[in-house]
Amino acid sequence: MTVAYVNGMVVTATGLERADVVIDGGQVVSVGTSATADDVVDVSGCVIMPGFVDLHTHLREPGKEEAETIASGSRAGVRGGYTGLVAMPNTTPAADSTMVVQFVRMQAREAGYLEVAPSGCITVGRLGEALAPFADLARVGVTMFTDDGNGVQDPQLMRRALDYAKDLDITLAQHCEVSAMTKGAVMHECSCSSDLGLPGWPALAEELMVHRDIELVRLTGAKMHFLHLSTARSVELVRRAKHDGLPVTAEVTPHHLALTSELLRTFDATYKVNPPLRTMDDIDALKAGVLDGTIDAIATDHAPHVRREKELPLDQAPPGMIGLETALGVVQAELGLDAHTLARVMSINPARIARMERQGRPLAAGSPANVCIVDMDATWSIDGYAFESKSTNSPFAGKTLRGKVRHTIFEGKRVLDSGEVVG
Amino acid sequence: MSHVRSIDELGVERVRELLDLATHMAEINSRPVPKVPALRGRTVVSLFLEDSTRTRLSFETAAKRLSAETMNFSVSTSSVNKGESLRDTIETITDMGVDAFVVRHKSAGIPWQIAQWTTASIINAGDGAHQHPTQALLDCYTIREAFGCTDLVGLTVAIVGDIRHSRVARSNVQAFTMLGARVLLVAPTTLLPDDHRHWPVETSTSLDDVLDSVDVLYMLRLQSERMSQGLIPHLAEYATRFGLTHARVGRLASGARIMHPGPMNRGVEMHVDPSEIAQSLIHRQVANGVSVRMAVLYSALTSGAQSTSILEEVAS
Repeated sequence: MTVAYVNGMVVTATGLERADVVIDGGQVVSVGTSATADDVVDVSGCVIMPGFVDLHTHLREPGKEEAETIASGSRAGVRGGYTGLVAMPNTTPAADSTMVVQFVRMQAREAGYLEVAPSGCITVGRLGEALAPFADLARVGVTMFTDDGNGVQDPQLMRRALDYAKDLDITLAQHCEVSAMTKGAVMHECSCSSDLGLPGWPALAEELMVHRDIELVRLTGAKMHFLHLSTARSVELVRRAKHDGLPVTAEVTPHHLALTSELLRTFDATYKVNPPLRTMDDIDALKAGVLDGTIDAIATDHAPHVRREKELPLDQAPPGMIGLETALGVVQAELGLDAHTLARVMSINPARIARMERQGRPLAAGSPANVCIVDMDATWSIDGYAFESKSTNSPFAGKTLRGKVRHTIFEGKRVLDSGEVVG
Repeated sequence: MSHVRSIDELGVERVRELLDLATHMAEINSRPVPKVPALRGRTVVSLFLEDSTRTRLSFETAAKRLSAETMNFSVSTSSVNKGESLRDTIETITDMGVDAFVVRHKSAGIPWQIAQWTTASIINAGDGAHQHPTQALLDCYTIREAFGCTDLVGLTVAIVGDIRHSRVARSNVQAFTMLGARVLLVAPTTLLPDDHRHWPVETSTSLDDVLDSVDVLYMLRLQSERMSQGLIPHLAEYATRFGLTHARVGRLASGARIMHPGPMNRGVEMHVDPSEIAQSLIHRQVANGVSVRMAVLYSALTSGAQSTSILEEVAS
């Protein structure tokens, strides 16, 4: 059955053009003047672009299915325009074995909403002590490895991990945090943490590891991806590394583009996240990094937690906030990107970094039918909105978001239809 | 109903009102039968999720002298200590019909979290290293009493010790400066907050340098765990630099007074017995604590709707 999406603007390899897109099965069959199709969907006022790819999703399964499952996280993803997610490996058990990786894939396939690419651990159990079996995991298709939630503290182990990774042509992704400097930390170290008497998470604890890893990349020649950068100096370090031609990439979250540490004065653990919300100066630098290409991708760090845990005292509540369903709206409220740039940071670049071959492809005849269709100018808010995610720990109550996903098409199937998840 | 959670939330007008009201309470406390029916029928719950002797007893005494009913929450075995069911606990107690929670918790911000789950007034009896407003009020009251002044304009107060981890210091910096005092923080840089540039204070790393220029020397408790955290090399070294010895007491300007929120660490920050030195206000602090907490409870539970005339009634 062929479906034509007509009257929209389309992100193609060369730019943004007015065209109709015909999809047949899992493939785009034409971009241009509409051929005959069995079904015609009017998407006037919208942009048709490659489906979003999130480099950083905590799906919580296996282990914390009360907060999120692969199915519920997938539904949240398609609601946010995603057709591909990289699942973080800090599950229980951690994704340091082919068994866990295959389980995650199987659950995602069974849910059938989008593609989930499980990442693997850098070290066994994310303990920072012994290398995880990279080659075993690479053989079953894992391309990204991270101990996310923890940074790899031991510089010699990290050096060996990069050496070993280079042989296998995989990418290591670092959660940059020198943990000796962040013991008990609740929020960004700043005037606000000093007023509240809360242990601070200094910007330097991130920047030291960014710097260390850039030098390790220089030494080893292996590829490195920097997860959720949060400080101005981190952006500058990556900018210089790229200028030096080093194979590094970086991501930023929507919340680090939008929110500051001052929000912690409410003592609402919704705002507790790792790395912490920083300052307005950091936000400005992160935005500049997105605009000049220093930061390759916007990644959600979607981190569902049940309400009970987020109601713990601030110093005991787990860090993290959900983000899949609000990413577009926050990014566009903050940055107002043109459709092509948006596609680059939300889809094309992350798909390239995660090496998801069927994702992040500008629309053209023959490309995989993983697509989202976005009303770029629609404004909305999460007030009164029912999340598809099993958790509701979003910090964006009361904020006007810009840009809404109308349809998401995964392998030719409309999994989000007029804003509603299908099935 | 209103909350008493931090000094800056109270603001200078409310702080002055509470201090003035505490003077009335002190008069009640001087009576042969120090009890009035002002809060008869009201219920005050003590929710102390962290150890405390003086603050808990001081609040209980204050509540009883105003004829409030008091309930004590025992935490010895409870999972509340981990915060797991704090919301359930608060909602349950609220359902029983209470008017105020007096709350102490090791985590900063608990009084603000709890306030979302109850209609009762929240009195902060210490939250983490954040605030301890009734301590600051009783300290201001004690200074006013000792120096015979209303505001603290013209007075220099040095707060000495572990400012970084001290809710007493955070509350007192706000309260003392609000009432016009000049405040000096005296501590090694490791025991100062990471970024206090916006605090209206001066700092010194030498106790000896400031001794002859202060009106009040406010000593803070130093906990031995600060060594294992690498903030000080050794308690003895700290004691040498920042401990209050007889020699240092002797170098204070005439008329200068000494305060400490308790409990004291003798041999660390205190090498003198406060009972033996005339400059000490430490016993006055404890005594005034009851009057100040009576004022806080009365104010929070009546919101000024009733005049203080009810305080003139004698409990039957």
